[in-house]
Amino acid sequence: MSVITYRDAVSSVLREALDQDDRVFLMGEDIGPYGGAFAVTKGFWEQYGKRRIKDSPLAESVIVGAGVGAAMAGLRPVVELMTINFSLLAMDQIVNHAAKIRYMSGGQFSIPLIIRTVTGAGASVGATHSQSFEGWYASVPGLTVVTPSTPRDVIGLFRSCRELNDPVMFVEHILLYGTRGEAPDSGDFRIPIGQADLRRTGSDITLCGYSRMALVAAQAADILAKEGIEADVIDLRCLRPLDMDTVVTSVKKTHRALMVEETTRMGGFAGELVSQVQEEAFEYLDAPVGRVAAAEVPMPYSFPLEQQAIPSPETVAAAARKLVNGA
Amino acid sequence: MLKADVPELNKSDLLGFYRQMKLIREFERESERQYTRGNIKGFLHVYNGEEAIAVGAINTLRPDDYIVTHYRDHGQALARGMTSNEVMAELMGKATGCSKGKGGSMHLFSSDLNFMGGYAIVGGQLCIAAGLALAVQYRGDDQVVLCFFGDGAVNEGEFHEAMNLAAIWNLPVIFFCEHNLYGMGASSKETLVMWDSLHEMAAAYGMSRYEVDGNDVLEVRTLMQKINAEVRSGSGPAFVVARTYRLRGHSVADPANYRPEDEVDYWAGQDPIPRFREWLTDEGIATVEDFEEIDASVDEEVVVAAEFGESSPWPETAALYDDVYTDRPTEGIPA
Repeated sequence: MSVITYRDAVSSVLREALDQDDRVFLMGEDIGPYGGAFAVTKGFWEQYGKRRIKDSPLAESVIVGAGVGAAMAGLRPVVELMTINFSLLAMDQIVNHAAKIRYMSGGQFSIPLIIRTVTGAGASVGATHSQSFEGWYASVPGLTVVTPSTPRDVIGLFRSCRELNDPVMFVEHILLYGTRGEAPDSGDFRIPIGQADLRRTGSDITLCGYSRMALVAAQAADILAKEGIEADVIDLRCLRPLDMDTVVTSVKKTHRALMVEETTRMGGFAGELVSQVQEEAFEYLDAPVGRVAAAEVPMPYSFPLEQQAIPSPETVAAAARKLVNGA
Repeated sequence: MLKADVPELNKSDLLGFYRQMKLIREFERESERQYTRGNIKGFLHVYNGEEAIAVGAINTLRPDDYIVTHYRDHGQALARGMTSNEVMAELMGKATGCSKGKGGSMHLFSSDLNFMGGYAIVGGQLCIAAGLALAVQYRGDDQVVLCFFGDGAVNEGEFHEAMNLAAIWNLPVIFFCEHNLYGMGASSKETLVMWDSLHEMAAAYGMSRYEVDGNDVLEVRTLMQKINAEVRSGSGPAFVVARTYRLRGHSVADPANYRPEDEVDYWAGQDPIPRFREWLTDEGIATVEDFEEIDASVDEEVVVAAEFGESSPWPETAALYDDVYTDRPTEGIPA
């Protein structure tokens, strides 16, 4: 077991895919000589060449659309949308095409396409570059949406995604590239798609998040533990398919739940979690299911304002405390 | 064009083109009848008037070449060899349709024929065509990708993204614009600055470009033979604009009152099927009896297709949840 960064974890599974399968090629903006906007593909272009590492025009729709076409022809493209904000320019290809071709063709064509992209706020890059749209994509049948929060999860989930034959949104977090964690040594290590991770156990409340917010929830649990409040902390890891069994089992034990996410509250993914918990565990609840989400504003640039807008361990702990203490 | 200009085509080939065009026309007439009877729902975009394009272009392809097209896709599907039965059944939403009734009129697919789909979000298919061509190039194969779209699609951003990518990467794709002068109900004279020299749009991408009479099946075929050979040999993408006209409205629900009478009359005189029939007659290739025989067999085929569609079963209720994913059941299946 070695300790590596989240960035290195992504790089390693991409190299592994390129080394193991000639049907895999990478395509995206600035992934070539520049090395990737987040340095994930640094050195790839020099090592693998232009055939495997396709430095594309700034044209998100055709980056995804060409990935769809190449996948229909039997290749296994891994395309990169520099950030999930730019994925809006490719939404037609993701939602209208990649997600639906298998169904509309009566199962004649599968689309084994991985779309890597970067979500999240907190990097001081302003309103247009700080959004978290993974919840939107999770509402689309035909897509798989994966949101790893640790190097280990990046490796285990990416390997499982490569074994799927359908389009995947593999959503990395902008603030996590430099974080470190243990990496599995075995090349056989996998994390099943659609399996949440119970990161910490406690009997008083369930804290549930994904991507960086799963880590924030865990930090909140540390704060709460000092006050004698013990939390189950769940990292969903995948939004579609969604492992509600783990969440509902936890809520039946703790009788309270708080959903944490980085996008705005209105129409956010946490609302779906709340809804499913009340459908499955209503009679177990001792308090309304709570939500902590971003402020209902375009993300501000100014550092303190941005910090104010995003859930933090303190705001999550405060919301949890209120649910547990009933105050 | 004279018979001597197409020495490689014998009578059987030429009458085969005539039959395909006639089949598409009669298939569309039958589909309109079935729509009126309520057996076909939703949108129905018929191909009447543009038959020479599908037949002229698609007959130049190899079986392993790829076709991608738009929502007005029945003609191309039939020209590629999909059966009238499976297309009509798909229009009716039946389990025997080419896409098991899941796609409908605008989304015909056939993996056996490398018919990679009809696409109903205007312009999106150009990006997919670029990707198919990328796969061909990646493997070092020599297929070509033929991508159909209309003049309306030229105004979409995806058109430009796909054209640039195909050009900069030298991809083996033929972008084929069926220039019928309208994007739904809007005249391209009012919406498309280059409407009267549309093929020159490709100059901006340094791409080979051509204009052809889209109502002349042999002109289309001859040009496409040449372009296919070039693109197959690695010359990079090409852009073809075929001037044509819808003899019907945008969809069956559209009476097309927005079109000037003299324009409609002019194009009625350019109908590709009578034109080709006249040519076959003038060149002494076919007789009235030949046409009667073909027309009768076409009439029978479309009647059989309608009966096949009507008598085919609906998809099973469980089919609702099939084919969302390859590897797993979809979410939310009732217990």
